[in-house]
Amino acid sequence: MRRLGRDRAAMAALVLLCLIVLACLLAPVYAARIAHSDPFQSNVGGEVVIGGDSVPVLQPETGGLGLGVTPIGPTWHGAFLLGADMQGRDLAARLLYGGRNSLMIAAGASAICLVLSAIVGIVAGYFGGIVDAILARLLDVLWAFPVYLLAISLSIVLINSRLRIGPVTIASDSLLLPMLILGIVNVPYVARPVRGQVLSLKESDFVLAAIALGVPNRRILARDLLPNVASTLIVFAPLMLALNVMAEAALSFLSIGVQPPVASWGTIIQDGQNLIYTRPLVAIVPGLAIVLTVIALNVLGDGLRDALDPRAKIRVRAG
Amino acid sequence: MLAAAIRRLAQALFVMFGISVLVFLIFVATPGADPAARIAGRNASPETLAAVRHDFGLDRPLPVQYAVLMRRLFVTRDLMSFVNRGQQVIPTIAEAAPVTLSLVAGAGVLWVIGSLVVGLVAAATRGSVLDRLLMILGLIGISMPVFWLAEVVNLFTQSRWHDTWLFSWVPPLGYQPLTTNPLGWFKALVIPWITLSILFIGLYGRVLRASLIEAYEEDYIRTARAKGLSERRVLLRHALRTSLITFVSLFGLDFGALVGGGAVLTEVVFGLHGVGKLTYDALLNLDLPLIMATVLYASFFVVAASAVVDIGYAWLDPRVRLGR
Repeated sequence: MRRLGRDRAAMAALVLLCLIVLACLLAPVYAARIAHSDPFQSNVGGEVVIGGDSVPVLQPETGGLGLGVTPIGPTWHGAFLLGADMQGRDLAARLLYGGRNSLMIAAGASAICLVLSAIVGIVAGYFGGIVDAILARLLDVLWAFPVYLLAISLSIVLINSRLRIGPVTIASDSLLLPMLILGIVNVPYVARPVRGQVLSLKESDFVLAAIALGVPNRRILARDLLPNVASTLIVFAPLMLALNVMAEAALSFLSIGVQPPVASWGTIIQDGQNLIYTRPLVAIVPGLAIVLTVIALNVLGDGLRDALDPRAKIRVRAG
Repeated sequence: MLAAAIRRLAQALFVMFGISVLVFLIFVATPGADPAARIAGRNASPETLAAVRHDFGLDRPLPVQYAVLMRRLFVTRDLMSFVNRGQQVIPTIAEAAPVTLSLVAGAGVLWVIGSLVVGLVAAATRGSVLDRLLMILGLIGISMPVFWLAEVVNLFTQSRWHDTWLFSWVPPLGYQPLTTNPLGWFKALVIPWITLSILFIGLYGRVLRASLIEAYEEDYIRTARAKGLSERRVLLRHALRTSLITFVSLFGLDFGALVGGGAVLTEVVFGLHGVGKLTYDALLNLDLPLIMATVLYASFFVVAASAVVDIGYAWLDPRVRLGR
């Protein structure tokens, strides 16, 4: 950890991330105190006072047939700092609320993925034999799906059906759905290196000694293997987060992630798609937020890898 | 060697079979996916529904339904979409495949050349300002969501700067077949190629630089230097050769996934009706026959790519042999 503290780039990235998280957490304060608007209520007929004049939030189109409306552009004032979207909602406020959801989904998905991968990797690697064979074949099958297609399939299936886990029912507009989906799709990519590591740990002297001493399996798994695997997982964590921020945006952009009226960076980009030629900021700003967050996470991940485990590697996939 | 190849083939077939069963079960069990309700239309009476179900064989046991579907896909090759009446599945994919292939092949050429240049230059000048700059650009490249980048690129090439000399040649979004209009094909795809490859250039450039620098630590590089070889020869003939192993395996897997439909986001934003878009639409419509066909198509390329990568390994690195 001290080595990480000396890495200036990683520290800068950490500060930037903290600022982004803090800003997103303060979203309700921003909406209530500065923007004075509800970012989830459409505000089609609304007006806003700028420099003493009252201006409609959705302005009639001047060019073309004059039939449509164009949302207000950036005012650089408290209200509609960055302008409005097609429903007259404050873009800046939605950006912060959206960030909250995007980050929450990415964090939840990464946690799910790392826990599942640790379980699958350790069980497959430690017990070997038939368990390993079955898990390996299952991972092979998942591996042969392009990641985005797998995520899209799962989203569509789960959005169409009501998922029930025991007594808990997850509604189709719950944030848990994208979290779960993104948590699952990356398991093959993380479980494999974990399994490999466990295989080599199994041959190491301290594990052999524990086995020879008759230490029960459960204790070996928890006391000897997990701590060693954990450092690999910690190195993966920021990179997983970065991948999941991007993947959440992609799913929401295809309108099968976060469901409206809830915001996320991906859904705001999708809202902005129809305004791209008139009010490009609506699509550009959330994208910039994603880029900044992902750069910071990647830099932090590089720093963490250099500090903890120079040999850990993860693949970034995209499409 | 032959036994290993056969085992590899059997494994690939098993994976594809597993995928087809998995996808079939998932989408048969999905509520709202009931094809009979779609075929019969809204407000169909229960009798009509039952008749449709019987006509299409949807009242038969699941294994039979699966077998019939696979036979119509592979043997009689006349599988029909459940949603768009009369749409044959195989010609539909055959129509979409060239679009995706054009997109991915062009982007692939760009990203191999681009990342080789970035990786080699950065490794050769490691520690310099140029190296830093290239790595920062690469970092930005891998941190941009491809669909967002595509939107922004569209904003400039289709609207903001479209009337300037720079982008006035850019045609409206869409695809032109290579065979009928080669120039139109090229013009329509240049911008998507560049957009898709930027992210991969960043990723591969960084990976290549890292493995080149790792290779510099190896004994055989010291030996090569001790023999008095020029720095350029050490880099290009010795360090690059082993570094290409990682590079080739990454490229194979990514390329396979993209050809199979992994470029869905790029296709959606640039209005290219390729395999990714087709799969996405089939999934949205819960169109089981089309889903099965497109998913099998996608998995074929992923599986084939990983087999090719294994062979590539053996070719590049004599230490690695199949079925080790």
